[in-house]
Amino acid sequence: MIDRNAIMETNEMIGKDNFDVRTITMGISLFDCIDGDSGKTAENIYAKITTAAKDLVAVGDEIESEYGIPIVNQRISVTPASLLARDETGFLRVANALDRAAAACGVNFIGGYTALVHKGVTAAEEAFLATIPEALSSTERLCSSVNVASTRSGINMNVVRQMGFIIRKTAELTKDNDAIGCAKFVVFANAVEDNPFMAGAFNGVGEGDRVINVGVSGPGAVKSAVGRLGPGADFGELALCVKKTAFKITRVGQLVAREAAKRLGASLGIIDLSLAPTPAVGDSVAHILEEMGLESVGAHGSTAALALLNDAVKKGGLMAGIYVGGLSGAFIPVSEDAGMIDAVRRGALSLEKLEAMTSVCSVGLDMIAVPGDTPEDVISAIIADECAIGVINNKTTAVRLIPVPGKTVGESVEFGGLLGTAPIMAVNRFSPAAFINRGGKIPAPLISNRN
Amino acid sequence: MRAIVSVVGMDRMGIIAKVSGLLYSIDINVLDISQSILKEYFHMIMLVDVSKCSKKFSEISGSLDELGAQIGMSIKIQHEDIFNAMHKI
Repeated sequence: MIDRNAIMETNEMIGKDNFDVRTITMGISLFDCIDGDSGKTAENIYAKITTAAKDLVAVGDEIESEYGIPIVNQRISVTPASLLARDETGFLRVANALDRAAAACGVNFIGGYTALVHKGVTAAEEAFLATIPEALSSTERLCSSVNVASTRSGINMNVVRQMGFIIRKTAELTKDNDAIGCAKFVVFANAVEDNPFMAGAFNGVGEGDRVINVGVSGPGAVKSAVGRLGPGADFGELALCVKKTAFKITRVGQLVAREAAKRLGASLGIIDLSLAPTPAVGDSVAHILEEMGLESVGAHGSTAALALLNDAVKKGGLMAGIYVGGLSGAFIPVSEDAGMIDAVRRGALSLEKLEAMTSVCSVGLDMIAVPGDTPEDVISAIIADECAIGVINNKTTAVRLIPVPGKTVGESVEFGGLLGTAPIMAVNRFSPAAFINRGGKIPAPLISNRN
Repeated sequence: MRAIVSVVGMDRMGIIAKVSGLLYSIDINVLDISQSILKEYFHMIMLVDVSKCSKKFSEISGSLDELGAQIGMSIKIQHEDIFNAMHKI
């Protein structure tokens, strides 16, 4: 018989510490849906998704019931939509088809309204980028992302400049809902092709036809384990404790991924080793750092604490997973983490400190509300800084900024659900306009020359 | 398929009888039981075989939930693989 302490520990992690599987995401290739007529392409897309993922939610519920592990979301990611049509009308038809297919399958988000334009932009991709604000404001479940930089090719600053405009326009078009459109839009450097997490999930061009990627979670379980160690434990013991917990969490994710792939007739993709917080009490990455000994996240020492956490999560998770991929690391979104929200409100956490923290974790400046009048070039410059961190350090970074129309520092915006509450954060008031408007590309860094 | 039934709550008479009675009525065989009481807090773990049970797993789980609500205990059933996955290399 299985050791009773092991059974109690598992059930305590699930019952008390909010341990769950955050998402089962089905990646679906849509290349075989392309037709010369974009109306037909859209029809094909709807038909393919609603066939491939028709049992996704039911299978998730079945696995949740059998193993007693909550599975919070089932989601769908698809081939980058910028490769599926040629003009604005075509792309908006695709957006509409994706949104309807997601609703028909019962999933709350579908990712892949995506362009990979880190080096160059085709005419079709230009048309695609122009549709993003409208696509996000005219759909409910669609998520969009744009890869604007890579270690291999540098930073496409022409597109970075456009991103400021796209984000502001999306905010304007969705201002009646506190710029919710921006919460569904991510700008990446070094985007990964097998990320199961929204809003940045897409099924990369190197992926197969149907693939199951799973994102695990469990900040609460890690915090409790660190808490049990007590303040006397040294950093070696702390790292070991996180590794052991991450191992256990990931093994469950692996089990769920294998079962889901088998039951859905899809191939087994990756486990994403991310610690993904939610606004719920006891589900915060910030609180882990505070349990390690920081008075508040944002204090000096936060970057070191996060580096230790992120590294230990990967080491523990790598041993437990068959294929590990996605974003894999601790997430530090502001609005989706109760501890982060509190830290901003008490004045402990600034945008600059968050930027530093993103250099040692997954993924980037995530779910950060800024004043609605933040200039486009400032938004572009924040993205450029984040891209520089990703490109130089050969890692994924991302920016999900929400300039909330009519709001300013001191106010908050409520998105509800997993998207949480975002206090508006201050941005540096000096202008980067002349720098951002130079145009062209920042060349690939020295470390890209590895051949 | 083998599963683990965990029963937790304040101790009272007849818990084992009620739980095993329900399992018997739906053709679930009890393979092993481990039970303890700590400061009136009852904790029992049963290893069971559900392969002869004709109900869906979610229905078994629902019946145990109902019984748990009636007798004031938390009763969970989970596929044993979740524990094997987490605690065995």
